Amino acid sequence: MSKAESTETTTTETGVIQSVSGPVVSARDLDARMNDVVYVGDEGLMGEVIEIEGDITTVQVYEETSGVAPGEPVENTGEPLSVDLGPGMLDAIYDGVQRPLDVLEGKMGSPYLDRGVDAPGIDLEEEWEFEPTVEEGDEVGRGDVVGVVEETVTIDHKVMVPPDALDEDETTEVTAIESGTFDVTETVAELANGTDVSMHQEWPVREARPSENKKTPRTPLVSGQRILDGLFPIAKGGTAAIPGPFGSGKTVTQHQLAKYADADIIVYVGCGERGNEMTEVIEDFPELEDPANGNPLMARTSLIANTSNMPVAARESCIYTGITIAEYYRDMGYDVALMADSTSRWAEAMREISSRLEEMPGEEGYPAYLAARLAQFYERAGYFENVNGTEGSVSAIGAVSPPGGDFSEPVTQNTLRIVKTFWALDADLAERRHFPSINWNESYSLYKDQLDPWFQENVAEDWPEKRQWAVDVLDEETELQEIVQLVGKDALPDDQQLTLEVARYLREAYLQQNAFHPVDTYCPPEKTYLMLTTIETFSDEAFDALEAGVPVEEITDTESAPKINRIGVQDDYEEYVADLKAEITEELRSLY
Amino acid sequence: MKEYQTITEISGPLVYAEVDEAIGYDEIVEIETAQGETLRGQVLESSEGVVAIQVFEGTSGIDQNASVRFLGETMKMPVTEDLLGRVLDGSGRPIDGGPEIVPEERQDIVGAAINPYSREYPEEFIETGVSAIDGMNTLVRGQKLPIFSSSGQPHSELAMQIARQASVPEEEEDEEDGSEFAVIFGAMGITQEEANEFMEDFERTGALERSVVFMNLADDPAVERTVTPRMVLTTAEYLAFEKDYHVLVILTDMTNYCEALREIGAAREEVPGRRGYPGYMYTDLAQLYERAGRIQGREGSVTQIPILTMPGDDDTHPIPDLTGYITEGQIYVDPDLNSQGLQPPVNVLPSLSRLMDDGIGEGLTREDHGDVSDQMYAAYAEGEDLRDLVNIVGREALSERDNKFLDFADAFETEFIDQGFDTNRDLEETLSIGWDLLSMLPKEELNRVDEEFIEKYYREEDSERKVVEAAD
Repeated sequence: MSKAESTETTTTETGVIQSVSGPVVSARDLDARMNDVVYVGDEGLMGEVIEIEGDITTVQVYEETSGVAPGEPVENTGEPLSVDLGPGMLDAIYDGVQRPLDVLEGKMGSPYLDRGVDAPGIDLEEEWEFEPTVEEGDEVGRGDVVGVVEETVTIDHKVMVPPDALDEDETTEVTAIESGTFDVTETVAELANGTDVSMHQEWPVREARPSENKKTPRTPLVSGQRILDGLFPIAKGGTAAIPGPFGSGKTVTQHQLAKYADADIIVYVGCGERGNEMTEVIEDFPELEDPANGNPLMARTSLIANTSNMPVAARESCIYTGITIAEYYRDMGYDVALMADSTSRWAEAMREISSRLEEMPGEEGYPAYLAARLAQFYERAGYFENVNGTEGSVSAIGAVSPPGGDFSEPVTQNTLRIVKTFWALDADLAERRHFPSINWNESYSLYKDQLDPWFQENVAEDWPEKRQWAVDVLDEETELQEIVQLVGKDALPDDQQLTLEVARYLREAYLQQNAFHPVDTYCPPEKTYLMLTTIETFSDEAFDALEAGVPVEEITDTESAPKINRIGVQDDYEEYVADLKAEITEELRSLY
Repeated sequence: MKEYQTITEISGPLVYAEVDEAIGYDEIVEIETAQGETLRGQVLESSEGVVAIQVFEGTSGIDQNASVRFLGETMKMPVTEDLLGRVLDGSGRPIDGGPEIVPEERQDIVGAAINPYSREYPEEFIETGVSAIDGMNTLVRGQKLPIFSSSGQPHSELAMQIARQASVPEEEEDEEDGSEFAVIFGAMGITQEEANEFMEDFERTGALERSVVFMNLADDPAVERTVTPRMVLTTAEYLAFEKDYHVLVILTDMTNYCEALREIGAAREEVPGRRGYPGYMYTDLAQLYERAGRIQGREGSVTQIPILTMPGDDDTHPIPDLTGYITEGQIYVDPDLNSQGLQPPVNVLPSLSRLMDDGIGEGLTREDHGDVSDQMYAAYAEGEDLRDLVNIVGREALSERDNKFLDFADAFETEFIDQGFDTNRDLEETLSIGWDLLSMLPKEELNRVDEEFIEKYYREEDSERKVVEAAD
């Protein structure tokens, strides 16, 4: 949003404010198109056109409107809400309309967000070392990479021909290009059709960037979280929803994904959430290491923080800002993961603005277009063949905050119709400090089958069978627990008591994971697999012992089995697991 | 300043007036009635030619001849350090008979959002002396931790206990400097009796000197309630970020505040959201709760303890629900525990402090704090489950292991939670009681605790008895 900076922006029309009600302002005589960005009032507050009726234009304002009065001017920029794309987006923290919060702090000279201050999304003066990857005379098409700059230690930023500079299948010749130090507004390459390519592009946030086609995703987004990788995996380019009542651990799960998911780029959108949580991310991420290469985590991360007390209209737009940035890196051929915490706040922002417009409400006061907007957002995720021939992905993971934890409400239900992975958080589990409190009975992943080949090739051939074994045991436990609730555990036959014991290890050792333990916080798939096979070893040996006539109390009373609970915290897990399996086998066989 | 006698419509708390100049949104308005009474209000909607005004004191006495004056500015709070020790009404005017307040500054009560980039992450432990909080749901400076209660519960006693006992380790080291802790109390729609209890407690313990009290009582105008918390928080921000105080803000009762929002929404004929509350209630509450925090480079902090009574003790009601999604945890006051006589009757299972993990542990509180808390949560939850079973099959039918968990759950309530509203336990004592209780369970069951800590703190059979006795 460099409108305030760049002088070439033409003000096409000026209107006059007619009425002000919270974030919604009506203006008279404004010649505007839908979704044009306008500057409202004497202070020039940023807003967007959301309704046109006769000569009255309705604007949602991204800043606080206290003191704005009828009669003040409204200026139209004639351009839709866009983001600035270019090097400098990583390691940055933005508000919902891509104003960098660190720059705002400097400009405002105050820890509070004042009004009417604007700043471009990327630093227009910072200089970058540009290295061409094509030569003069080469033919290039839309989206093609003409050179790279090192944006951060982790990520090479690829400078691309803007996708709207050429038509599909059209190519043109590079007439001038050279390496050197440039700022983002300078031309780094000239094309024969008259396009000057710079490192800076703009793209309207509500419009998906073009791609060649969408493919079936077949690689998992490995998260280092046992229950996710092991039972409910998400694909690179997949979609997932994390619904849960407050206090069930949505944000911690999102943070874990942002820290440990094996994506190239993370875009983290804090949409209407807590200020202190965003501060935690801002303070923690620069100090945390990227598990892939040991670089600072911020070197691959772009943060968007529109906290709950920041203006509601900017909350509505922050999701779009995030996904547009994600798509831009996807075009470079990167795997991008976008976390949106929380899509419910986004939906509520839509509801709030809709009700100020006095639109006819749909279910629970949400606007009738809620389902369509959610679908549009998640459809921008996927595994893509880009216009320049590279492949890249955008995975979208949205937290949902259903009122009262009731999953039958509209946002959860409309989300579930679109996403293919469902991680249901459970207040009961959270209460007993079972974290991550993902309910294994309710959650699902529709990517399981298409991801199995990857796990078989990269981790273990019998990965799918082991998973199924775990699911079966947990299912059986759920059924048995109902009986236990009625008659007590001791009334069950021995073999069922043993099943409960095995399931207990699955729950306590395998499904639980301590996000705050330095080792347990990240569990590579190999370790996930070994932990599961250890529990299976115990199960096999225990049932053998039972068959040989050993009383169930003796089996559950062994010294070695409880050590399964400590696998998670072992750094050197391979040796520990090997020793433990031997120890369990030996101890149980010694009983008969 | 122009005066208008152009009121066209009066409806509930709202007055509509015709104007011939531009009136800013949120601007303050004075209305003088025929009887000479001056009422104050705020512009809710400003259109060309007509404005909607919300009148804080209610519209009774206003007729179409009343005159309307627009003050040309948004609502301000006069702030000064001298506010400490004063009692004000819900609009910030002194009601204690003391001298006029000479403000150092007048600050806009609609606080701008703190830039998340400028915040400092809260991680300094506040010792409240309440085991259920310090041990299990630790409060830190700059946190917002509400008390979820229901009518007839002793939430006020708990809040007063916290206000009385709260201290930060730094303060203890330097007794001379104890004045830098301040309490700001915002009452919204509470009864005179409740207000008296608070005031008596403040006076009895001498806490009034370091407090500012804002009183909007049950019979005060409901609309004023929407202003009171903003007055409170503006004062809190001033004392915290400009005068370096560590401010503890107690807001009671948020339910009354939300009722006032609903009343205004209904009067404006807005499209209602869930249960008739306005669709923007989340944003509105967030603008209050998010004013807690710390700011980089500033000494002070704003910590909030809002109290809300859940209608029907139902935490899915919009008020507790939206609050829970904004605040950093919640403390549940439980009617069942209250009827068992537990003081404070805090049910730790649904309670939570989100900032706890970063505020405790080695160097902050004690190395084993996190593990002890996790283990007690897990064990108490298991004991609770077993209680249901006992009702059906009886205790004899349970295994020895299960019986130990049942005993643990009972002891947890009577030894750990029930400490009385006048007992101030330091953290060492809280954790020590915690280990007494955990030592009732077999060592192998303590799977949440690091082996090293079990080694160091677990009490073997014979020594255990003595310690429990000593603690009694």
